[in-house]
Order: sequence, then C-alpha cells, then structure tokens
Amino acid sequence: MRQIAIYGKGGIGKSTTTQNLVAALAEAGRKCMIIGCDPKADSTRLILNRKMQNTVMDMAREKGTVEDLNLDEVLLTGFKGIRCAESGGPEPGVGCAGRGVITAINFLEENGAYGDDTEFIFYDVLGDVVCGGFAMPIREGKAKEIYIVTSGEMMAMYAANNISRGVLKYAQSGGVRLGGLICNSRKTDMEFELISELASKLGTQMIHFVPRDNEVQRAELRRKTVIDYAPNHPQSDEYRELARKIADNKNFVIPTPITMDELERLLMDYGIMEKEEEEAA
Amino acid sequence: MSTAIKDTQKMIEEVLDAYPEKSKKERAKHLAANDPSGQCSTCQVKSNVKSRPGVMTVRGCAYAGAKGVVWGPVKDQITISHGPIGCGQYSWWSRRNYYNGQTGIDTFGTMHITTDFQEKNIVYGGDKGLDAALHELKELFPLAKGMGILSECPVGLIGDDIEAVSKRVAKEFKFPIVPVRCEGFRGVSQSLGHHIANDTIKDYVLGKGELETSTPYDVALIGDYNIGGDAWASRKILEEMGLRVISQYTGDATLNEIAIATKAKLNLIHCYRSMNYICRHMEEEYGIPWMEFNFFGPTKTYDSIRKIAAKFDARIQENAEAVIAKYKPIMEGIVEQYRPKLKGKKVMLYVGGLRPRHTIGAYEDLGMEVVASGYEFGHSDDYKRTYPELKEGAVIMDDATLYELEEFTRRLKPDMVGSGIKEKYSYHKLGVPFRQMHSWDYSGPYHGFDGFPVFARDMDMTVNSPTWDLIRRKK
Repeated sequence: MRQIAIYGKGGIGKSTTTQNLVAALAEAGRKCMIIGCDPKADSTRLILNRKMQNTVMDMAREKGTVEDLNLDEVLLTGFKGIRCAESGGPEPGVGCAGRGVITAINFLEENGAYGDDTEFIFYDVLGDVVCGGFAMPIREGKAKEIYIVTSGEMMAMYAANNISRGVLKYAQSGGVRLGGLICNSRKTDMEFELISELASKLGTQMIHFVPRDNEVQRAELRRKTVIDYAPNHPQSDEYRELARKIADNKNFVIPTPITMDELERLLMDYGIMEKEEEEAA
Repeated sequence: MSTAIKDTQKMIEEVLDAYPEKSKKERAKHLAANDPSGQCSTCQVKSNVKSRPGVMTVRGCAYAGAKGVVWGPVKDQITISHGPIGCGQYSWWSRRNYYNGQTGIDTFGTMHITTDFQEKNIVYGGDKGLDAALHELKELFPLAKGMGILSECPVGLIGDDIEAVSKRVAKEFKFPIVPVRCEGFRGVSQSLGHHIANDTIKDYVLGKGELETSTPYDVALIGDYNIGGDAWASRKILEEMGLRVISQYTGDATLNEIAIATKAKLNLIHCYRSMNYICRHMEEEYGIPWMEFNFFGPTKTYDSIRKIAAKFDARIQENAEAVIAKYKPIMEGIVEQYRPKLKGKKVMLYVGGLRPRHTIGAYEDLGMEVVASGYEFGHSDDYKRTYPELKEGAVIMDDATLYELEEFTRRLKPDMVGSGIKEKYSYHKLGVPFRQMHSWDYSGPYHGFDGFPVFARDMDMTVNSPTWDLIRRKK
C-alpha cells in the first residue's frame, strides 16, 4: 500500500489533478482511495459525481463525538470503485480546521478505512502547510511520498519551495520523501524549462508536465474527471501518463529547498523577472 | 558583609551544588541571603521570569490568576470557564472565598460553570456554544448581575471571538459580560492573569456605577479575597474606625461595588501583587490615592490602623486609638496564651501574593521567627518590600523548586512550614509540621482582630500537635 500526499499552492489544481490521476489508476485496475484534507470538502466531487455530503467532522458534530460514527457513513465509493472520504471542517474564520484533519485521519485509520487490498491512498491537502494539522498526512506512518502541484507562476513556485521546507522537516524525523513536481500548466513563458530547473534545484524531478486544456473545465462542470467524461480526449492520456509515471516512480528524495534569492535568480535567468537595475534604468 | 549573610550564602551554594551547571547558574539568581538594609548587591533575587523546565515549579497559570484569584470571588456574576472541563473543575472553589447570599439564586461563587469543550468545539469553534450557554444561564439564573468569560488555552489557539459574543449578548441582557483573555500559556505565572483581570475590571465594570450619597470617609477595600472570612474581619475594623467601606473586592464583592469603586476617597490595598494595577489606574485616571496596609497580627494591625487614620481627620484618628484600646487587651490575652508555646519556633514560608511578607509580623507577635520566605510569582517590588521585614541572613526564595524547599527544610530545621497544597503532602511525608497558607487549611479568618486568635490557635495546633512525634522523620 502506497500512501501519497498531494500539496501545492491554493487554487493550483491539486484536487482536479489528483482526481484525474486517481481515475486513471482506477481505470487501469488499481485499487485507490482519496482522503480530502480540506474543510471545503471538494477533493472527491469528480469521483462521486456530487459533493460529498457526509464528511467525517460534520457527521461527528451531528452525532456528538467522533466515537459515535460508523465508517460506512463517511466512506463512499465512486468511479471505478475509488473509495472516498473527506475530513470536513469549519467555515472559514472559525474553529480549527487543522484539528479536524487530525481527528478525521485518526478516525479513518483506527477504524480500518484503508482496507487490506488498497494499493494507493491519496491525501489531497489544503493550500499551504499552515499548521501541524495540515502536516498530519506526512507524519510518521502516513504518507511516505509527496508530490507538489505547481505552475510557472512565481507564487506557485514560491509555495512549492515552502512546502519542500515542510517536507524536509518531516523527512529528517520520519521517512517521508519528495516524489516530484507536477506542473499543471498555466501557459506562462518557458514554463517547462523553468519547472524542470526548479525541480533539479530542489533535488527532485518534474514528474509530468500536464498541458492546459479546456476539456478539464468542461468535465468539471459535469462533476466528472476527464477520464470519465471524455476517455478518448488527448487530455485523458496526459493523466494516464502521469498516473503511470507515479505508479512506476522510484525517484524519492529529501528535498533541498532554496532561498528566496535563489528563487528570484532562477526567474531572472529564465528572463521571467527583470533585474532591478534594469527596471530602474 | 555579616557572617549571617555569608553562612546563608554558603548554605545556598551547597543546595545548588546538586544541579547541572546551567540550572545552577540560573537558580542561583533566584535565591539569596536577606540583607534588610538593601546594601548587599548580591542579596537581590531575580524574579518574574520563566521557570526552568523540569525543576517542578509550583506556579500556576494566567487562567489561575484571572479566574481563581481576581474574578472568581465576585459573587453576583456568573463566572464561566470557557474551554475543556479540566480547568474549571480543578479551580472549583479551591480558594474558599466566603460570601453572603443564596447560592444559585442571587450569588454564584461556589458554582462550577463551564462550556465543556469537546473535539467538535475545537474544530468548529466554541462561539455558538458560548452564546447558547450565556442564554441558558440567563434563563436559569435571572438574578445574575453579569457574566464573565474566562478563556482557557484552546480558546486562544483556535481564535474564538469571545469579545464579539460578549458585546452582542451584553447589549441584549443589558448587563456586563466580561471577556477575559487569560489563556494559560500567556506569561510566566499566574501573575499575568491578575494583570489581565485588572485590565478587564477597568474596561468593563469600573466607574460605570452611580453612588447616591458621598461622604469624606468613603474607602475601598481592595485585594482582600475573603478567604475564610478575612475581608469581613478587615472591614469590621475599618468601619469601627468610622470609615465607610463603599466597595470591597473581590472577596464577597458585587459587580455594583466594583462599578462604584471610583467614588472612594482612598483605596486600601491588602494584596498588592494581584491588584496594584487597578489602584495605579484609579490614581492616574481619577486621582484617588492608594495605600498598602497589613492586618495580620496585632502589631502590624495597630500600625496600619494608625497609618490609615493619618489620611483622615482628627475624628477618625481618635476612633482609631479607641479601636486599638478596645482590642489591645484581647490581643494581649491571645499572645499571653500562645506565646509560651510558640516562642523561639522557626517558620519557613513559601506562598503567593502578600503572605510571604505580611504574615511575618503575626508570627513575631507569637514569638516565632521566619527564617526563610519566598514567592511563587512575586516581582522585584514585592521582594523590595520583603527584605526589611526579615532578619539578616534569612533565606529569600523566588519560584523555589520542591528540591530546594526540601533541602532548605533539612538544613534550617524549621518547626513549621507554611506553603500550598502541592507542598503539603511532601512535608507530611518529611514529618515536618505544615500549614496550608493559601486557603488557611480550611480555617480562618486570619485577618484583623477576629483573625489573630484563629491564627494563633492554628499555629499552636500545627507546631505542637503530638501527631508529628508519631511520624518517623526522615533524617
């Protein structure tokens, strides 16, 4: 059983990428599970073809405590037998979503949600690793592999570097490793080269470059993955390729995060960012 | 430097020798030989800093200071421990702040009220539950005059907006609802909790009440928590002097008394550490002078009565002398009865706010000598007030550890130790007579003329109990 966590800047397409690649794995006959670690609970919508109604924390709140919950109430099955659970949590601005993630993951683990035959468990984690709760999926005994979704935009790269720092911390104390960067293209200048270079600076690989295609958007509007909505579309093959690369991946490293200055230099070297003196001139 | 100071310094060094180098260096700053003259440069202790991990400090937290000490005793307010149940449960009525009233009807001092956080409250926030609790309490206890929300640690971590809830519901109920941000992780001891509580008194209650009539003899009795009835004994003396106590807080206090406290002509403060902040505020903002006083033991009580009277006219000064004359024979009788049994006995104290210095005179009235004294959470101004009260060479301890307390006990061989509940049972095991000097060991009052006979009896009972001879003492 491989436990994999997907991180990346908010809005970069983690949930969409994760669901499409898991759909591709399931289509190839692999047994998969997705655990959404985001109070928005939208990590399984494309697999279940509707928004998950029974998140672990919402159900626990309704029943009183998490101990009163039954596993089958929060564990649903979607496209090609993919099992789905969502941690759930508070609306923005109140409470502690991080604690919700901790409680939900502990509940799923203690109640045997992972099963014996599951080959891949994917944790889809909210934006940045803002507190201990959102690092829960990469703690000891949980996900050993991490993939960071990024694009050629500066802030997405900045977030990828920051997440690498979090991974570094847990890599030193536990067994977690970085498996690569997934470039979810935004069609910025020299994106392929830039992310390949960032990956090599971080000591890892760009495992796949997912081109931008509106078919993804069209499928999402129908609450489906591209694999489900348009299996013959070239974009589906891109996700199949990503899935194959992840399934075959042997390249797991302790990341080597870079400084802000190095990141800026990288952007200058690729002509994305102009030097200040040039700007001033 | 005198030999008494040198001997004590040597003893302190020996005790510290057991520590690893770093701890030794740090703890050395908190232990000193007393120099009443204040001239010895190495005799000042460092205080009010973070305790070293692992030393078994007996300090409390900011919540303990705000809820347990300052806000808790206000009797017609419902004090809510906002958070998981433990903090509320373990601070429930532990300080024995007596009050008049019908509990559960118009007063709520002995009640334990908490929002009882569960995991779901942490994840989804506790503000809705708090709102519901406030409304339930209003319905259950319609005679409550206000409510206080005392934050426990998790409330600060998850960022519950208790101020917004308080503001909204206070408007609806038309009485004060005081949000107190006293999360336990703030500050180095309970001391910050006192300060936070003082600030909320200032912001939400103080000066908001009207007093119908005013006299030149209106005073406020501040920082007396009425433990075992202490404040009542103190108030009696002030009233016999002809003063009018318009406000007494927070022991047996009402919210209205605190609201009108700014009408006092003089603020009299007993526990300086926990309530000097509000006195300083009233001095700056309302021009009300304040003075410290000490009603432990007849000598200090007579002295304080005269000092208080000196702030007023001849009538009060005459009354003061009459009060002293009235009680003097009774006090002399008490001294006569107990002094022969207690004379020469040595006392070691390790307590909180004011007792490490205020009770020294009462012991001395009984012929006893305080050989060591210290504060859990004192500041340098507390120690400055303590040095002159103790003999040269007495041990001064700040944030003492259990090891240090035991070692000093072995070396100084006090006939009695006065400290708190956490120290009590280790002293019982050592076979050393012990008195709980935070809550008077279920006795009291100890203040004023009503208190001294009880104090003398209790100390005699402690030191001279035959029980101690039946315990095999550790050598």
